[in-house]
Amino acid sequence: MVIKRPEQIPSSEITDKKVYLNRRNFMRGAAMLATVVATGELYRRLNEPPQPTPRGEKLAGVQPPAPSVRSTSEKLTSFEDITSYNNFYEFSTDKGAVARKAKDFVTRPWTVRVEGLVNKPKVYDLDDLMKIAPLEERIYRLRCVEGWSMVIPWVGFPLKALLDEVEPLSNARYVAFETLFDPKRMPNQTTSVLDWPYVEGLRLDEAMHPLTILATGLYGEALPPQDGAPVRLVVPWKYGFKSIKSIVNIRLVADQPKTTWSMYAPNEYGFYSNVNPNVPHPRWSQARERRIGEYGLRDTLIFNGYAEEVASLYTGMDLKVNF
Amino acid sequence: MKPEDARFIKAIIFVNSLVPLALLAWDAAHKNLGANPLEYVTRTTGMLTLIFLMLSLAVTPLRKMTGWNWLGMNRRVLGLYAFFYGSLHFLTYIWFDRFFNFKSAVGDVVQRPFIAVGFASFLIMIPLAITSTNKMVKRLGGKRWNRLHKAVYVAGILGALHYWMLVKSDTRLPLTFAAVLAVLLGYRIFSANRTTKTQTRPTIIPR
Repeated sequence: MVIKRPEQIPSSEITDKKVYLNRRNFMRGAAMLATVVATGELYRRLNEPPQPTPRGEKLAGVQPPAPSVRSTSEKLTSFEDITSYNNFYEFSTDKGAVARKAKDFVTRPWTVRVEGLVNKPKVYDLDDLMKIAPLEERIYRLRCVEGWSMVIPWVGFPLKALLDEVEPLSNARYVAFETLFDPKRMPNQTTSVLDWPYVEGLRLDEAMHPLTILATGLYGEALPPQDGAPVRLVVPWKYGFKSIKSIVNIRLVADQPKTTWSMYAPNEYGFYSNVNPNVPHPRWSQARERRIGEYGLRDTLIFNGYAEEVASLYTGMDLKVNF
Repeated sequence: MKPEDARFIKAIIFVNSLVPLALLAWDAAHKNLGANPLEYVTRTTGMLTLIFLMLSLAVTPLRKMTGWNWLGMNRRVLGLYAFFYGSLHFLTYIWFDRFFNFKSAVGDVVQRPFIAVGFASFLIMIPLAITSTNKMVKRLGGKRWNRLHKAVYVAGILGALHYWMLVKSDTRLPLTFAAVLAVLLGYRIFSANRTTKTQTRPTIIPR
């Protein structure tokens, strides 16, 4: 066996140590870069940042709020925040993902059936619904049961105007609302995170209260899908989940209707769900809230600051029992 | 494996584990954390804590199954990253939810049991992080060290429970963490049983 001596390899064929090391370093650098890009990509996939929402179609003939309605001079929450931070489990349980998932939600044609204990049941087309009363701007605080809040310039009309049209019977004591059920259009309805369709309810006097509105817009424009297009309830002194979105059915009934969250966790979410800093959620305090766009925490106000208008609806009731 | 390759793999894991933090910082600097940045940071750091806990727990089973012994040397850094992200998670809470008011934090622990559970998980991780150095392993002795570090399973279980307790209705993610934890723990128990059995009847493997 011939063992070549090192001298027999011409020195020109030996890879220079520098080149060898350079190549090695280059490969390592490339490997490092590739893994970093992959990790970054994975992080972005799992934690997608919200995308800005395009502005909607301007609603015509929006009136200033009726003088009888106390407005607020608090700073409005930005359009961007209102339309990118949403609880709308029909699309996603991730507040930042709802806007993206609801982007192509088609809301025309849309009808709302009003029925039950009424003299004149009727199926309203969306356009008819919006002609029931002049659209007004209503700037309300919205307090979510999770502990955050916003100030939103809604556009809508009092629910009372609609109820007056259908003429509730004397035995009607509650109003039951229902969201659209259509898993093809509301993709998260294929999961069982909640019982679908989403249902909500109000006592008739709560529903007739001048602060209670059906909203069809915000910031003077048609409601974006993630905020409950095309028509939603807004009850400003109750936790946000009471203000049911994308309504297709309104039913006047004699007995207290079932509501989605109180069916899901009766000890955590009551039928009334009035904003109340003195009644903690079983798993967290409701004493303070984070106003979206602010750094600190604010004190939560009883009835979300609408006590003057609505406290009388609950005189004699123990709010700790009827939470 | 050559020591320099081992070092390179360590570097890859070290740097990659920092990528989420870098992107989080980038997003914060560009005001790209959404409408509720503090909730976003809290949620992200909490998730990362659980993910790194699971990764560090997955090292040993993976090493045994694949025979890739070089995996083992990366267990410590993954565990320390779990503690690091857990510390950031805790800091976010103390800073932006309690504004360094420790008295209110104590009250909060009582009012919100999920905070207590998360805090317990964090407390368990502290001695584990402190005793993670080679020196400490020697000082405690391998056996005692191993016994102490089994507590990481308790930290993981409490972490997943903490997450499960705070969600409103969508428990899919917390349950996924719990399932991963159950598999890892199950493997541990299974392989422990097997080794005790083989230990009672030692066989000589010809080399």
